Amino acid sequence: MSTAALKPKQKRKTQGTNGSSFDNLEIFLLHLPTTIWYLIFCYAPMFGVVIAFKNYKVRPGKSFLWNLFVNSKWCGLDNFKFLFKSSYFETMLRNTLGYNTIFIILGVLIPVTLAILISQLYSKKLAKVCQTAMFLPHFMSWVVISYFVYAFLATDAGLVNNIAKSLGIGDGKHMWYTDVGFWTWFLVFLNVWKGMGYGMVVYLATISGIDNEMYEAALIDGATKWQQTKYITIPCLRPIISIMFIMSVGSIFRSDFGLFYQATRNSGSLVSITQTIDVYVYKALLERPNINLSSAASFLQSVCGCITIVIANLVVKKIDPDAGMF
Amino acid sequence: MAKKEKKKVDGLLKFNRVKPFTNVMISALFIFLALLCFLPALLVLIVSLSSERSVLTIGYSFFPLEWSIKSYTYLFQQGAYIGRAFLNSIFVTVVGTLLGLILCSTMGYALSRPNYRLRKFFSYFILIPMLFSGGLVASYMINAQILGLKNTYWALILPICCSSFYVIIMRTFFQTSVPEAIIESAKIDGARQVRIFTQIVLPISLPSIATIGLFFTFAYWNDWMMAKYYLNTNMQDIFPLQYVLITLENNIDFLSRNSQFMAPGESHNIPTETVRMAMVMVAVVPIACSYPFFQKYFISGLTIGAVKG
Repeated sequence: MSTAALKPKQKRKTQGTNGSSFDNLEIFLLHLPTTIWYLIFCYAPMFGVVIAFKNYKVRPGKSFLWNLFVNSKWCGLDNFKFLFKSSYFETMLRNTLGYNTIFIILGVLIPVTLAILISQLYSKKLAKVCQTAMFLPHFMSWVVISYFVYAFLATDAGLVNNIAKSLGIGDGKHMWYTDVGFWTWFLVFLNVWKGMGYGMVVYLATISGIDNEMYEAALIDGATKWQQTKYITIPCLRPIISIMFIMSVGSIFRSDFGLFYQATRNSGSLVSITQTIDVYVYKALLERPNINLSSAASFLQSVCGCITIVIANLVVKKIDPDAGMF
Repeated sequence: MAKKEKKKVDGLLKFNRVKPFTNVMISALFIFLALLCFLPALLVLIVSLSSERSVLTIGYSFFPLEWSIKSYTYLFQQGAYIGRAFLNSIFVTVVGTLLGLILCSTMGYALSRPNYRLRKFFSYFILIPMLFSGGLVASYMINAQILGLKNTYWALILPICCSSFYVIIMRTFFQTSVPEAIIESAKIDGARQVRIFTQIVLPISLPSIATIGLFFTFAYWNDWMMAKYYLNTNMQDIFPLQYVLITLENNIDFLSRNSQFMAPGESHNIPTETVRMAMVMVAVVPIACSYPFFQKYFISGLTIGAVKG
């Protein structure tokens, strides 16, 4: 959109000014530090994926590059074969994809619904206060949230067990951090809880930008509230919903390390539901080092993520040509 | 302003409001959700302000048996250690935010200039990392082994001090808020790009700078992953607050071991349960008290960021 609008000017500009090439050089120098940052922290790791195809061996005292290119032999797809065969591969794929699918669906449904509802409130003040309060979890780190959760779920002192005890339900000694059934859904709750304020704000900003005249016209035509929502609000939200959707689908192979590792306090009993790709990569990199498997999982995650984001973008573009991200 | 708004509601739109009963239901729902988001923080605050005896008797509760600020006085006594972590967090946040702003705004400015020849190339240059990344293992190896960032402050700052997302927000800001005519006229007056950028573009885009600055500030203050990846457990001197919280999770003695003021064996006097929560509050309060004021900048950033790239 913006490119099209600026095109005539661009043409005139490049033909006109003589100092243009000097100008270009200056702008280039201005963003050179950023370029270097990108080369080091984004592009260099892209070549680092060769670790996944090496049988990485370390000889103490030698540099990483020497170890990688001289000391370690190419092993083709062996790392991946080992990874596929390992018992936790299926678990981590299931957890990552399963949870992300739920998160993506709820991450669109709940904030959109809440945004539409909150825009209907009579009292704008109440709406503002609630919105601010609901934004709070977004600003908390998972470390802090893990303490919030702990205050409720701790076995001895936790609020939930205390209340259960005073109400006479159970013995008040329930070990929440080993309860797989509970955490399966509590993880979903936590994710929704942390993200709903943020999502709501994004959609609410779009809703408040919709021209009121459309609603007035619809009202004169006798449209009910539901019809207004269906034929005005939701179509107006569609571009932003699709962008949020592409972004979340693009990261379907990525999981929130903080949620699965930190919020659960890395509880050993919950591994069957908290072992996602990121958690596995972290553990295999730093806790029980197995660089080969870790890098293979990490590489798979990147490649699959890249493919899904491109496909998601294509699909969304096919449905609505203006809605794609790139 | 208020008058105008009132007039509007009195008009046609008044008929378009939901029914009073629905309004009550929606209000109730949102009050419930607001409490759901707010109460956990309140609980932790109350626990940090209750006495250790109360926690040991009735557990964590919204209504403690007795109040006490012993946990905070204890933290204060540990000033050397907690204070250090606090200062580390502030240092990392300030340096990281400044650096991040420089990196993102310069790139954003370059991409916002329609007559910049490499614009298209660098647009792809920042788009590609959004689609594909080397993954944790490759970045870890490069940062830790080649760049030697392990156990330095730089490990907490550099890996997250720029992001394509922020660059795109910046670019959009500059495109919409800096009129091309101003830059043209500055050029005619003989200003160079650096001067145009620092003396014209930046001052008129202060709101956008503030927005991205806030994004960075909150991100750095809340960051614990870099510390978890790149700091060894014996590098307590450069622990940020969030990472201290993680270590406290496992052993509260951690504090007492670092205390020069306590005789050995005195550690059982530490109000462990409440001190933990007091530490959480130290990390939370700066943010919880400031974000309501900065919220509007955040929202403008979020909405612009969601505009097509």
